[in-house]
Amino acid sequence: MPIITVVSRDGTGRAVEMDTGTTLMEGLRDHGFDEVLAMCGGCCSCATCHVYVEPASTATEEEDELLALSAHRRDTSRLSCQITLTPDHDGLRVEIPPED
Amino acid sequence: MQHDVLIVGAGHGGAQVAVTLRQRGYTGGIALIGDEPELPYERPPLTKDYLSGAKPFERILIRPAAFWQARGVTLLPGRRVVAVDAAAHTVTTAGGEVFGYGQLVWAAGGRARRLACSGGDLAGVHTVRTRADADALRAELPAVERVVVIGGGYVGLEAAAVLRAAGKPVVLLEQADRVLGRVAGEALSRFYEDEHRAQGVDLRLGAQVQDVVGDGRRVTGVRLADGALIPAQMVVVGIGITPAVEPLLAAGAEGGDGVVVDAFCRTSLPDIRAIGDCALHANAYAAGRRTRLESVQNANDMAITVAKALTGAAEPYHAVPWFWSNQYDLKLQTVGLSAGHDAAVLRGDPAARSFSIVYFRAGRVVALDCVNAIRDYTQGRALVEGGARCDPAAVADVSVPLKDLAAAA
Repeated sequence: MPIITVVSRDGTGRAVEMDTGTTLMEGLRDHGFDEVLAMCGGCCSCATCHVYVEPASTATEEEDELLALSAHRRDTSRLSCQITLTPDHDGLRVEIPPED
Repeated sequence: MQHDVLIVGAGHGGAQVAVTLRQRGYTGGIALIGDEPELPYERPPLTKDYLSGAKPFERILIRPAAFWQARGVTLLPGRRVVAVDAAAHTVTTAGGEVFGYGQLVWAAGGRARRLACSGGDLAGVHTVRTRADADALRAELPAVERVVVIGGGYVGLEAAAVLRAAGKPVVLLEQADRVLGRVAGEALSRFYEDEHRAQGVDLRLGAQVQDVVGDGRRVTGVRLADGALIPAQMVVVGIGITPAVEPLLAAGAEGGDGVVVDAFCRTSLPDIRAIGDCALHANAYAAGRRTRLESVQNANDMAITVAKALTGAAEPYHAVPWFWSNQYDLKLQTVGLSAGHDAAVLRGDPAARSFSIVYFRAGRVVALDCVNAIRDYTQGRALVEGGARCDPAAVADVSVPLKDLAAAA
């Protein structure tokens, strides 16, 4: 299972093991990263699960539009509900953006 | 038991109050009372991915069990609060337990309205508000040949879509002359009526239910006022909710259809706040009119308003309303409140299954309903937030991005 480093808004980082087959949003939620609101529950209808990921990956078209709602968008922005975790995500670094 | 913050209602709003309080460093005691046996879970999937079986219950939990323990939030499931004593700062449950509080947050939401007619309580007649409701419906479904859905609001339409996907013949009865009449403009209603019919739903408008008929145990059909009998082994009732505020009103809180709250979600009773579906508030996006909003957005954002107020950073509630509904391959996203609009402009082509409806009140954009039109939804939000004055002809022109209109307004 991939080990993912998550950096919270206060700058502290923590490495956690997440389950494959679930989304990064669910992994963040289940590991207690409360700053991720994920209001729509992961159906790509809001932008409240926005994160920065390294290495960067390509957002879907729909996701790309929703990310425009954030004032803190960067090239590395993704909606965490749209990333389904695989073993290849081992080593991913995730940062929680400032509050919108 | 005494709790510094006692939250009544363990849905989206109640859970979010506890989460945000801890996130903001609140160290007092927090307890969350809910009348259901489960951990806090998401309600929207009950008529979508949970009902269809696409998502198991564990995946719709708002947080895993360990989270609540780690955050020191006392969960008190399976308890219904039946009385509030505002002077003594206590609540009493149906089981006779008494809990004291420093601050009370009422987030009890609402109960699904049931049919008042004869037969409305027969086995096989379901509402869809709780996990137990959805489980009961799913358990019976394999033996059901034909379903009648009563009510053409979001719950009824989403349930109909899932039931059609499961291959069940569905008759949908709406008493008004269009579906979604309470929440959307006519063009959107007509689009969804056409869509459901194209998907095989026998959708009947102006249908007055006389009673539900049964064989003494289970439902066997629904009789209309004109005498027509529609056979069905299952009836799904989606006719709205009744706000669960009786104990607060009995305690003297101002209210009626919900409990009245101010911009900081304070009720008229001391140290009692209310949020979510049951909170009757003057919404900035409804021209200040008092309204209740039944949405995850409203529950979450009011929860944050309360958590901020209880941690010394009070800010008035001013969140822009948004909502979503997934039916078949259609993704509806709404922003703003269209009720009371005096003009509506169609943007795009419904036949192409991608379009938006932009609603105006007194020349200003007040809401958008966007169907498979996510760009309009995200760009249109600024028009609603700014109360933009736009030329309707420009709004109708799909070659003009809405963000250009926002910049010009």
